[in-house]
Amino acid sequence: MALVSPLRRKLIRDLGTLKGQLVTIALVVACGVAAFVATQSALRSLRDARARFYATSGFADVFVSLRRAPEAVSRTLADLPGVRAVETRVVGMGSIPLEGMSEPVRATVSSVPTQLGRIFLREGRLPEDGRDDEVVLSDAFAEAHGFRSGTRIPLVVGGVRREVRVVGVGLAPEFVIVLGAGEIAMDAKKRAVVWVGRDAAEAALDVEGSFNQAVLSIVPGTDERAVIDGVDEVLRRYGGLGAHGRDRQLSHYFLSQELGQLENMSSQLPPLFLMVAAFLLHVVLTRLVQLQRGQIAALKALGYYDREILVHYLELASVIVVLGALLGVGFGDWFGEQMVGLYADYFRFPDLVARVDPQTAIAAVLVSAIAGVVGTLTSVRSVLKLAPAEAMAPPAPARYRRGFLEGPLFGRLVGPSMRMILREVQRRPFRVILSALGIGVAVGLLVVARFFGDAMDYLVGVQLHESQRWDAQVTFVEPRPVADLRSFGSMPGVFRVEAMRAVPVRLSHGQFEKTVSLMGHFGDPSGETSLQRVIDADARPVALPEDGLVLTELLAEKLDLHIGDRVEVELLEGDRRTLSIPVAGTTDELFGLQAHARADALHRWLGQEPSTNVALLAIDTAEAERLDRRFVALPDVIGVAHMDRIIQEFEEQSAKNIGVFSLILTIFGATIAIGVVYNNARVALSMRERELASLRVLGFTRGEISTILLGELAIQVFVAIPIGLVLGRLFAEALATGVDPENFRFPVIVSPRTYAFATLITLASAFASALFVRRKLDQLDLIGVLKTRD
Amino acid sequence: MTEIVLSARDVTKVYRMGEVDVHALRGVTLELHAGELLVLLGASGSGKSTLLNILGGLDTPTSGRVTYQDHDLTEAGDEALTRYRREHVGFVFQFYNLIPSLTARENVALVTELADDPMSPSEALELVGLKERQDHFPAQLSGGEQQRVAIARAVAKRPDLLLCDEPTGALDYKTGVKVLEVIAKVNRELGTSTAIITHNAPVAQMAQRVVSLHDGLIQSEVTNDHPIAAGEIRW
Repeated sequence: MALVSPLRRKLIRDLGTLKGQLVTIALVVACGVAAFVATQSALRSLRDARARFYATSGFADVFVSLRRAPEAVSRTLADLPGVRAVETRVVGMGSIPLEGMSEPVRATVSSVPTQLGRIFLREGRLPEDGRDDEVVLSDAFAEAHGFRSGTRIPLVVGGVRREVRVVGVGLAPEFVIVLGAGEIAMDAKKRAVVWVGRDAAEAALDVEGSFNQAVLSIVPGTDERAVIDGVDEVLRRYGGLGAHGRDRQLSHYFLSQELGQLENMSSQLPPLFLMVAAFLLHVVLTRLVQLQRGQIAALKALGYYDREILVHYLELASVIVVLGALLGVGFGDWFGEQMVGLYADYFRFPDLVARVDPQTAIAAVLVSAIAGVVGTLTSVRSVLKLAPAEAMAPPAPARYRRGFLEGPLFGRLVGPSMRMILREVQRRPFRVILSALGIGVAVGLLVVARFFGDAMDYLVGVQLHESQRWDAQVTFVEPRPVADLRSFGSMPGVFRVEAMRAVPVRLSHGQFEKTVSLMGHFGDPSGETSLQRVIDADARPVALPEDGLVLTELLAEKLDLHIGDRVEVELLEGDRRTLSIPVAGTTDELFGLQAHARADALHRWLGQEPSTNVALLAIDTAEAERLDRRFVALPDVIGVAHMDRIIQEFEEQSAKNIGVFSLILTIFGATIAIGVVYNNARVALSMRERELASLRVLGFTRGEISTILLGELAIQVFVAIPIGLVLGRLFAEALATGVDPENFRFPVIVSPRTYAFATLITLASAFASALFVRRKLDQLDLIGVLKTRD
Repeated sequence: MTEIVLSARDVTKVYRMGEVDVHALRGVTLELHAGELLVLLGASGSGKSTLLNILGGLDTPTSGRVTYQDHDLTEAGDEALTRYRREHVGFVFQFYNLIPSLTARENVALVTELADDPMSPSEALELVGLKERQDHFPAQLSGGEQQRVAIARAVAKRPDLLLCDEPTGALDYKTGVKVLEVIAKVNRELGTSTAIITHNAPVAQMAQRVVSLHDGLIQSEVTNDHPIAAGEIRW
């Protein structure tokens, strides 16, 4: 008995003749599997790393900040029902003025957690008790600056500058990502967490014997809400700022958002590919089975069971699918590593490694196998149903009829070639529509590939550019009289100065609350010359009313507020008074959650004389460096920001984040486009070989018969492109709504350039496929084709 | 007379070809005896291929009854018909129906794989005089050679029935005779009950019995007491 059965041999040789189709379909499968494996691998890596880190470090369940409470209060908290452990902290903001950096680094200064949310040390040790000059630095920041244990750095806390020594570098579960509310880009160089000994923290922040933050772990199964209410009750008279669970802990929140997005992508992208692959397999196998009708009949006549023949074709499909799946697992592994590498820059875990677990790989292969089986069964079934004798006879001529397009003018306007094309299209409308949808998916992916770039361009180019029109922004520790800013105006290189007053507030409405910045505008923010304008989503300036607040729409949504409603505003500075202020308007600006008001109204609410804590400047950028040095030297300046640098950072980061995705989606899109067009062309060619050869014999030129064959494909592509552009826009909308709206709303902006790009890549893919088929057409063996019985 | 292996009673067959009903068989009764060589003669469209397909379990009659030994083929399902073909029938077609991607030997092996007590593919090819060409693909063989491979493929499993549908239809005289000689040899040496359908009247001279079909009905049935060797046939 032969080592390899004859049917298996047939399989191998069939695969040989189908290699072009085999490769293109396998690649489509590979894309789907890669997308699945990569997103799953990233998802799993992040989830596992998070779970491990939270477990080993004792990440807390409930978090609360407060003005200040004596340490003894912690016992009251510990006695609350359901509370397992309490840890109090002293936390404040500070800055690290580093040479060579125009803006001092914003630092969260915290006492070292000892029980809940413990530090994982990458190197060094924790500060020793009683030493007020030893600190542990967050690792992303230390890494960005090359700081190691032993480095000495300046640290400003409570207005006092001191030299401290780095004794350790580490990370903590509350700071997996160090990004403040409202920040649009995370820059490890500019954000630090500094852990110091408890005594040192109390002294520096002037809260001896007290704490201003508490974290709690709760007994599993306890109602978190009840604990939160209990904590709020206890801390009310100590200036409690509202306890919350992990869901509103910033680092956890950002991480969950990212995981949610990944999950979305993981569940949406791969099925799209597998559907296209199943469709292609169906098309190709249907044709193969038609071509091998006689062979199938012979096999049946020889006594092969239907199932044996079915298995034979399933094996053929499996080879394609498994090949694609394996390729996809390999590529997905690489892609997953890239993604995890990107994440590792933002999300800091003790051990974040990309790993493809065997289940994911097996699941990917199985799911694609199902796609393969579906594609195969739908095509082989029809022939298996035929009685062998019938299968042996050539199929009856396909039934064509005059189509609905053929009106009285048809004959006169349309030549025979066009008529053949149109009748072919009308005979298989379903197939044409499916093909067009397949190519449409490709076009859509290509749109998405570029859409992120468009959205970023719009955010930066339009939104940022139109609203934040200052060149530099100087922020002060304490509000000061507006008149003080005159000295800025007289500095050389400063063209104009505008004052702002920013107040941290907690807005609450019903059960919703949100801590945001309330911006008091001295100038007219709808004015043409205003340095800080309030604009809507179309970048049109919005005027501020005499009284009341203007909220970003996102903020209004989150608080369930409408124009005319009153919102509770708790000022988080000064006497912390709580006011009830009407919402006078909303603006759909894309950046940030904030509230705007006129400065005079704001100061009326505050009960203060007009003052400013933010100066906006229009400067000569050539003087930027020199001005920087002057600003930083001023007393009470917390920070100086430059718009061009902010934009540059934002763009660099976006480019880095978007680059890989964009490239990969482009590859995916082109793969599908080629897969669909090429396979359709090959199938069309094989189905009509005889007909086309007959035409050649009748005297048609190669060009003319190419027109007939490729014309049909062209129709598919042209139908597909508008469908794809609309699909792309829908994909973009779906993705944009998936993006975390905390910091900015992702605009659904698709530029004409992107549509053109998607169209061009699709046309190029189609053209390449067509060329390939055209070559085959040129090699058409006239005599041979006419002799074959089909 | 020897034992009856295959019998058809009042078999009719109507099928749709495109949008037309075709009455291919209008009530045919026929028997095939053990070891005999039968020729079914008829013009194109007489229904002879339909009859052969039904006898071979490739198709089912619209009405009537077909039995192979004790088995009723009329009532048999697809599975049982496949088993019948697999275990008892060898087919030879006008257009050979070889699998183009398999060599001569591999084509024969398709069948020997399935059978309980087959010849080896080389043995079967030797029987048809093609042992030296066993590694050729169908495209590398002449029509007569392809048909002989098809015969080797049909007989390699030592079938009880050998059904040949216009085995010489696509061949020239010389090659056709060679193919007939091989069929006669198989019938003689292996004792396989054989039915050949053809529109070529002289072929009938090699048969022990000749049945003529016309327009879906049996027109005549003649026993030939002195069949001649295939090599002596002229047309």
